[in-house]
Amino acid sequence: MYGNLVVRPEDIENWGKKVEQEDPEKLVEFEARIERGEKIEPWDWMPFEYRRQLIRMIEQHAHSEIIGALPEGTWITRAPNFRRKLALMAKVQDEVGHAQLLYSAAETLGKTREQMINDLLSGKSKYSNIFNYPAKTWADTAIIAWLVDAGAIINQTTNSRGSYGPYVRALERICWEESFHLKYGYDSVVYLATGTPRQRAMLQDALNRWWRPIMHFFGPPDTQSVHTEKLVRWKVKLATNDEMRQQFLDMYVPKIWELGLTIPDPNLRKNPETGRWEYSDPDWDEFWRVINGDGPCNKERLAVRRFAEEKGRWVREALRSPQAQYVTPLA
Amino acid sequence: MLEQLETLILSLADDELIMGHRQAEWIGLGPILEEDIAFASIAQDETGHAQAYYQILTDLGLRTPDEYAFRRSAKEFRCAHLVELPNFDYDYSLALMRHFLYDGAEQVRLQALSHSAYEPLAGLAQRLLREEKYHWLHATTWIKRLGRSTEEAHLRLQSALNQLYPYAWGLFEELPEEAAMVEAGWIPPSAQLREQWLALVLPILEAAGLQTQMPSTQALTAVMGGRRGWHSPYFEALLAELTEVSASEPEAEW
Repeated sequence: MYGNLVVRPEDIENWGKKVEQEDPEKLVEFEARIERGEKIEPWDWMPFEYRRQLIRMIEQHAHSEIIGALPEGTWITRAPNFRRKLALMAKVQDEVGHAQLLYSAAETLGKTREQMINDLLSGKSKYSNIFNYPAKTWADTAIIAWLVDAGAIINQTTNSRGSYGPYVRALERICWEESFHLKYGYDSVVYLATGTPRQRAMLQDALNRWWRPIMHFFGPPDTQSVHTEKLVRWKVKLATNDEMRQQFLDMYVPKIWELGLTIPDPNLRKNPETGRWEYSDPDWDEFWRVINGDGPCNKERLAVRRFAEEKGRWVREALRSPQAQYVTPLA
Repeated sequence: MLEQLETLILSLADDELIMGHRQAEWIGLGPILEEDIAFASIAQDETGHAQAYYQILTDLGLRTPDEYAFRRSAKEFRCAHLVELPNFDYDYSLALMRHFLYDGAEQVRLQALSHSAYEPLAGLAQRLLREEKYHWLHATTWIKRLGRSTEEAHLRLQSALNQLYPYAWGLFEELPEEAAMVEAGWIPPSAQLREQWLALVLPILEAAGLQTQMPSTQALTAVMGGRRGWHSPYFEALLAELTEVSASEPEAEW
């Protein structure tokens, strides 16, 4: 069990106030520990702002995993053969398992899973924008498993060098599993890219629709991001959005081109002088519109979660009932 | 005899395939996260078991697992109506009760098959039992726990049981030419398996405070036929979904 009672709910309410009362000696010691590469554990002293930012980040990550299971999950029953069906089921199961790990990691900081789920359902806390787009064809699932998971690996590997112990350990395990998703995704993409003309067309169409959300995946450009110097020093944030986006383009654009696919951006090219990728504006207004609730699937995704929450209420109540007999499984 | 062997194995395999299909529909909709994971895991097992059963036939020179699963017409399937039923409005009591009744039948069937005179089937049954043990554990733990919790839980489970119980009897519908299979020592008579199943599930239901009534002949007639290729009204739609992608480009590799 993690020490998930470190912070009482009323403490969370008071975070804003407590930041100003941070003990300067403890803060110096805390920053020195991070500087030395030590991990911060749930029972350690930490600034309230550190706690608040981590909860926000881990919670969003957990929500992204359960919402992310939805677009792919709907294709399990339609997968074209045993090999793909079994792999896709395992992948989606992994994603839900990641959510479970991450909610547990966030709970060590004092917010319960129930509170987090409530905030997801009320729209108060966010999840990755990319899952507000629909998976329209089988090829979409291949693109998601390859490129979206590739993006997730870059993001998560970066964050796994962070300072908060429970999150870092969860991420290490998650990245290990995601690397299998990537192999599955790439394999699926290769079959479509080398398949019949219809399969190729289906794949190209999927790439055309997913490219912009993938460009958005790493977040707004550094010029639009809020100042994060303190979060970098605390090893909550380890790379800027643009750095991660550049890394993704470096690793995957050549692979996409190698498969004979066209990336729907005529201006995409690596500048030989700067060594950096240049691309058209991927419409950051759209990014902000979607994150604020106006994407193609925002309503539907939350409606599904609310439906599950509503439908499962009697089960959770029954589990809490004093009459419920604890049944010891005889494994 | 090959034809009878195919009938027997398809009845086992098709139940698993379609049960896996329905359980997979629960991923993302479970009452708690842990149940999404459990159902995903069980659905994977069932789907994998279907594949392993079909493979026995493939090894005899018949069709491949993918051909069996993705390229047959509805009337060629041998699954029981219980596994075909949709998840309707996603009431967990229905999912749980189907899981319990079905996996109880699996326990009985696989234990019998593990002594089958047809060795490939006996070997596979022994292997599958090791995984099925956990399905059974999962199902019985939940039934016992919820059966005697709140009044609402009790009512929902009882109502699910009332709805599904006759369908579960359909799992033990006599197979076409069953006498020859029994004679060959492949499998005990369906009626005998059903008695063993009742001896297994009824005490657990009773301990959970749930009641059953012997289904009427009329009720049973309505849910039988799966083993002969007559399916519930829900099956065509399920099959259309199962084959949606593979049928969209039949010659393609995916």
